[in-house]
Amino acid sequence: MKKYKIVTTLSYPKKGAMGKTGNWRVFKPKLDKDKCVKCLRCWIFCPEGTIIRNKDGTVDIDYDYCKGCGICANVCKVKAIKMDREAKRE
Amino acid sequence: MSEVMIDTGNYIAAKAAIMAKPEVVASYPITPQTTLVEGIANYVKSGEYKGEYICVESEHSAMAACIGASATGVRTFTGTSSHGLLLMHEMLHWAALARLPIVMCNINRVLGPGWNIWTDENDSISQRDTGWIQFYCSSNQEIFDTIIQSFKLAEHEKVNLPVMINYNAFILSHTSMPVYIPSQKEIDKYLPKRKALWELDIKNPVTMGNIILPAEYEKVRKDMQKSQEISKKLICDISAEWKKKIGRFHGDLLEFYKCTGAEYILLSMGAIGAESKAAIDNLRKEGFKIGLARVRTFRPFPKEEIIKLSKKAELIVIDRNISVGMEGALFTEIKASLYGKSDTKVHGFIAGLGGNDVTFEDIEKMCKKAIKGKTQKEQVWYGLEGV
Repeated sequence: MKKYKIVTTLSYPKKGAMGKTGNWRVFKPKLDKDKCVKCLRCWIFCPEGTIIRNKDGTVDIDYDYCKGCGICANVCKVKAIKMDREAKRE
Repeated sequence: MSEVMIDTGNYIAAKAAIMAKPEVVASYPITPQTTLVEGIANYVKSGEYKGEYICVESEHSAMAACIGASATGVRTFTGTSSHGLLLMHEMLHWAALARLPIVMCNINRVLGPGWNIWTDENDSISQRDTGWIQFYCSSNQEIFDTIIQSFKLAEHEKVNLPVMINYNAFILSHTSMPVYIPSQKEIDKYLPKRKALWELDIKNPVTMGNIILPAEYEKVRKDMQKSQEISKKLICDISAEWKKKIGRFHGDLLEFYKCTGAEYILLSMGAIGAESKAAIDNLRKEGFKIGLARVRTFRPFPKEEIIKLSKKAELIVIDRNISVGMEGALFTEIKASLYGKSDTKVHGFIAGLGGNDVTFEDIEKMCKKAIKGKTQKEQVWYGLEGV
């Protein structure tokens, strides 16, 4: 990284620059691979880029960074993704 | 080789701006700044200005466009006044915190209501805490020279802060004066192309203004303070270089006039600062040992120089602004600078608000009142309470 003579806020793109944001999650998406038709709607809509595309066309979820927003479950046409409460009630 | 141009403060500022060759100008017209942006538009039409001129829908957008442009590493310029400056307020903080060396002229105009287009300095004084460096000019020549110098200061690798060049509505913005214009070659030599520390570049992605945690944020604020402090010395160096290469000088943080042996020092800014010279001449003729220290930079504030002045003289301060609920801002800053360092007397006056004329005769009256020790209050409203 370059050294400057002033202090300012710059960030260079890097995986997990803000730490493992997956621990912000309240609901965890669970993918049923038997139902999945590999349409990739979840991959298109995921705002965090946490849907991993595998070589064989299937997808997985990167739980290190998935914040559990539920968009993937909402856009899935075949209801292959289910949101389960992960955080414990106080 | 310099030429003499006789023109108004705004047209002179337009000339200076294009000679500094900013790649981007984004501005929205407002009285009394309008002729400044019209001037630049004319240079676009004539082909003398080859940069990008962005027409925007508001001052907030003008500053936002300058921020975006400056972040790509190019030189940017804009101008505004009064309510336009206030509409920029959020973006002013943003520009300074993002450390973007934008240069802007602000033509000091009254804030409404009541609606008024004449001059006072409440618009820029109320932007005091945004992190911008603030100059106050007292002649069209100083406007020209300060604009060129400001790019050099703002873009310095240890500064990277935006600069606001203030001058009074109509008294300077619409008054013609002869101004020496150096050649483009001389200016190019003095002010080379901007070398940005970093830039938004799609081939080399970087996020600016991203989220930071409290401990890091405090460091960012402290560094802005450090850069303002460093700029005190740099303003002296940059004016000295201009004096050497171009041959003109308007002072560093302060401009001193007849201060040798003075027992009273008058401190004022902007056009009142220029008018004060005539008052000092007359008062000296009458035997008063008085000099003038015209404050050129309100940020960084010339604390050390003012402490020095206070060792030998009582101070008389004229404010063309009022921080309602306290007092004139210059008066406050001067007294704060002296705390624990000097117990000299400081006499305060508020004058010229709402564009009220402040002539050399008015200034003489204020000075005499202070010298005779007859100011009953700490700060006197000259126009309303008289002397």
